[in-house]
Amino acid sequence: MLVVGELINSTRKRIQPAVDNRDVAFLQDLARQQGEAGSHYIDCNAATVGIEREPDTLKWLVQIVQEVVDLPCAIDSPNAGAMLAALEVHKGKPMINSITAEKEKMDQLLPVIKQTECKVIGLCMGDGGMPQTLEDRLRNASILVDALSGAGVAAADIYLDPLVFPVSTDPSYGRLVLDGIHELHTRFPGVQAVCGLSNVSYGLPQRKWVNRAFMVLTMGAGLDAVIVDPLDASLMALVSATDALLGADEFCMNYLTAARGGKFDNLQ
Amino acid sequence: MGITIMQSAPPSEGTGQIGCKIPDETYQQDEGEHGSPGLAEAVINGDRITAVKLTQEDMDSGVSACDLLQKGLIAGMEVVGREFKVSEFYVPEVLVAPKAMKGSMEILHPHLADAKIRGIAKVAIGTVRGNLHDIRKDPVAMMVEGAGFGVMDLVVVAMSALLTTTMPSMKNTLEVFRKAGMRDQVKVRIGGAPVTQDYEDSIGAERYTPDAASAVDAAKELVAA
Repeated sequence: MLVVGELINSTRKRIQPAVDNRDVAFLQDLARQQGEAGSHYIDCNAATVGIEREPDTLKWLVQIVQEVVDLPCAIDSPNAGAMLAALEVHKGKPMINSITAEKEKMDQLLPVIKQTECKVIGLCMGDGGMPQTLEDRLRNASILVDALSGAGVAAADIYLDPLVFPVSTDPSYGRLVLDGIHELHTRFPGVQAVCGLSNVSYGLPQRKWVNRAFMVLTMGAGLDAVIVDPLDASLMALVSATDALLGADEFCMNYLTAARGGKFDNLQ
Repeated sequence: MGITIMQSAPPSEGTGQIGCKIPDETYQQDEGEHGSPGLAEAVINGDRITAVKLTQEDMDSGVSACDLLQKGLIAGMEVVGREFKVSEFYVPEVLVAPKAMKGSMEILHPHLADAKIRGIAKVAIGTVRGNLHDIRKDPVAMMVEGAGFGVMDLVVVAMSALLTTTMPSMKNTLEVFRKAGMRDQVKVRIGGAPVTQDYEDSIGAERYTPDAASAVDAAKELVAA
């Protein structure tokens, strides 16, 4: 399971002032912690500073993060300008977070994607508004796969997000994602499925339990990558155990290493 | 852009008077009025079957539709709103309570129309273009609806943006009202995770509130203004 650590996101109330005030120590500490917890990518989002300041800020954010972790970043912006600025300084193969099937969004980002060796997250939403059904999502997925393939992105680098809605607002939303993951793999062979996990628990108390259960379920359905809080050690332990159960961890070596490394001790 | 026009209260056939005042005091368990506390409780619990049963029984035994609306349904919704505001209630409870209320409203509706009772105002609500989802909008819609808003005298526009990138759509929406010469006919309330008071000031909306319960208070104040 490819884990994208989601914590350095300026739309989170505690991160916004740190990005605004360019609090290097705080942000680097958060990057380091997420790396140590097992993230493969560190998400970087500076959107709250406003569209004029975003390019400089996002570029700076990527730089300070990569000073302390030897990991690539998920560059989290809808703006081509900010994306380009961050890509200039990024080391390694970045993940672009994210594009949608909306025409305006594709016109902006596809030229950037074309000139970059990258992974891309595609949200299964398009110009028709928020997709309601699974079919709506798959239609958007098809537009995205065509456009991204056309821009030279390999199937294995396309990460489609079926969109996770809160199960507190409709009991069918959990199932919808599980079916979505399955259908994405069936219809677009070789393409990856990703989701922003914690949306599912919005509006409920003790959200971590819902997130953890959903983590295991989505992995069972074939999820390849997840955008998540990697500092939830219990959730990460479940990722490790589930990888072993799904045959994604040869001879359970990663599980054993995590256990010996104390990753499963004193969990709540 | 998803738009829900709510019409919880019956259409006005009246004279412009608000026949059924929305209570400022919330429901109290020991009120002792026949039927209403039980009905409020059913709304609070989101128990549609009990709500419908109690409404029918109370109507049959002569309790006024106005009392049932005011001291039962609306009082119950006010409790839900208050509890949600202090995080004692969660989103599913906010969504299920109005379903119970709607069951009762179907019974009360014709009688309320007789009594020339009307809602406070109509509220148009939507999440702005490009927004990822409308999870913040729905509780707002339910709560505002539960507070008895309905008829078109004055429009409150409630907008929610979940992402910073969709916030400019709020400004654009105001611009559309301005260009259409309708800006002074609407009162605009905005909210959503990245939205702040500063932003509200900068785009010139009437009100910013951080959550669903405070959106109801804002809607009431805006129509009173």
